[in-house]
Amino acid sequence: MEPLSNKRKVLEAKPLNFMERIYLPAIFQGLAITIKHFFRKPVTIRYPEEKREYSENFRGMHSLKRDEHGRERCTACGLCALSCPAEAITMIAAERQKGEEDLYREEKYAAVYEINMLRCIFCGLCEEACPKEAIYLDGPHVPSDYLRKDFIYGKDKLVEAPLNQ
Amino acid sequence: MGIAELLIKIALVVIIFLVSLVIAMYSTYAERKVAAFLQDRVGPDRAGPFGILQPLADGGKMFLKEEIIPTNASPFLFIAGPSLAILTACIGSAVIPWGQRLTIGAYTFNLQVADINVGLLYIFGVISLGVYGIMIGGWASNNKYSLLGAVRAASQNISYEIAMGLSIIALLMTTGTLSMRHIAEQQSGFWHGHWFTWNAFSQPLGFLIFIVCAFAETNRSPFDLPECETELIAGYHTEYSSMKMGFYMFSEYINMFVSSAVMATLYFGGYNFPFMHHLGLSENWVSILGVIALFIKIFAFIFFFIWVRWTIPRFRYDQLMDLGWKVLIPLAIANIVITGLVITFLK
Repeated sequence: MEPLSNKRKVLEAKPLNFMERIYLPAIFQGLAITIKHFFRKPVTIRYPEEKREYSENFRGMHSLKRDEHGRERCTACGLCALSCPAEAITMIAAERQKGEEDLYREEKYAAVYEINMLRCIFCGLCEEACPKEAIYLDGPHVPSDYLRKDFIYGKDKLVEAPLNQ
Repeated sequence: MGIAELLIKIALVVIIFLVSLVIAMYSTYAERKVAAFLQDRVGPDRAGPFGILQPLADGGKMFLKEEIIPTNASPFLFIAGPSLAILTACIGSAVIPWGQRLTIGAYTFNLQVADINVGLLYIFGVISLGVYGIMIGGWASNNKYSLLGAVRAASQNISYEIAMGLSIIALLMTTGTLSMRHIAEQQSGFWHGHWFTWNAFSQPLGFLIFIVCAFAETNRSPFDLPECETELIAGYHTEYSSMKMGFYMFSEYINMFVSSAVMATLYFGGYNFPFMHHLGLSENWVSILGVIALFIKIFAFIFFFIWVRWTIPRFRYDQLMDLGWKVLIPLAIANIVITGLVITFLK
């Protein structure tokens, strides 16, 4: 058969010569390689004490942003839920009442906003879809937990801390 | 034997027992730490500073685990297996000379439990008993993997004991004694006449055969076929749990310690170190330095054991037998012949 690429390498099983058959040179070569690694700096880290820096475009836990006056930006349009390929996002919209202007920026807001972190695949499509720049995947890793229900994060965990705090 | 001598012997026995247990404990730690460094990892470092309490934590865990004896196992033999393994591992160190004479007050005593004139034969006897612990344990488990591991251990030890014994015969031809103390004394100093006094330099091939066989006898990688995890799920101790499992592990590490001590004594001068007679120190101090020198050699060998384990992959079973019967035994016989010729014609 014609080779599809010129990367093909013909391997031939030559009988071992004397130096190869007494194994010892190969063994000492191997020992030399491993002892070199003995003095090398370990590539692993002591995790909870040391942490690796995340890359700049790392996508972690979601956060719902506030604007410059500390009002929630989300207007519960549902575009994030629609764009989510894993269907991890659900929300219930509500109308802003009189006197709540300093809490919500738009006239409509998300009364309930839940992300199922077990379904989320951290693709970042929600932050691309958001017209209000309200959701960003700029948090750390999602921590572990014991129960499935504890992975459904509501607004208490997602919304950014208020400005005056 | 006076009461003082008896007390000294008992103290020596207790000290050696404790030292072998502590070294076995810390060999497990060294194994994990060295493995980690060789693989660019950090290794256990949670228990205590640098993880030095890790062996204690492991031991405590072993004691607290549930003791399981399988229903179809033979209960007496199931318990006898690990007991025999640890017993034979511990009694091997009795004839090893740990140092020269020590003088305390009016008493002068050798740093050795028993200076018997067949010390080397005693060690061989103990080593060949060691396989019974594995065989009994593997058979009593009533588990096919354990049985396979036990059968492998038995045939491997039998095969390599021959080559080991033959390599020792060449050594005996040069030393002319079976007493471990005499062999160690003959290697005193470092340079005598025109050649090194240590036997490794006069018996390089014998030493090579001996160390390969020592790896096989202690079931260390690359000869760890009796307990290979991938094919036999830990082999002869598959069914063992709790401290019985711990005894098997311990006996492996004590065996490693004892065989390191034997190799250091037979081939690397034992408690002798270079320039020991030129330091101008009193005999007691030279003895103490000699003990330290011996332990440095032992630790170097233990490190070598561990280093090899994390470098060389395991042999296939037919390769193991090939190496034992077709390579090592003819080489050992050739070594005897060469040694005999050299002794006859050059000395």
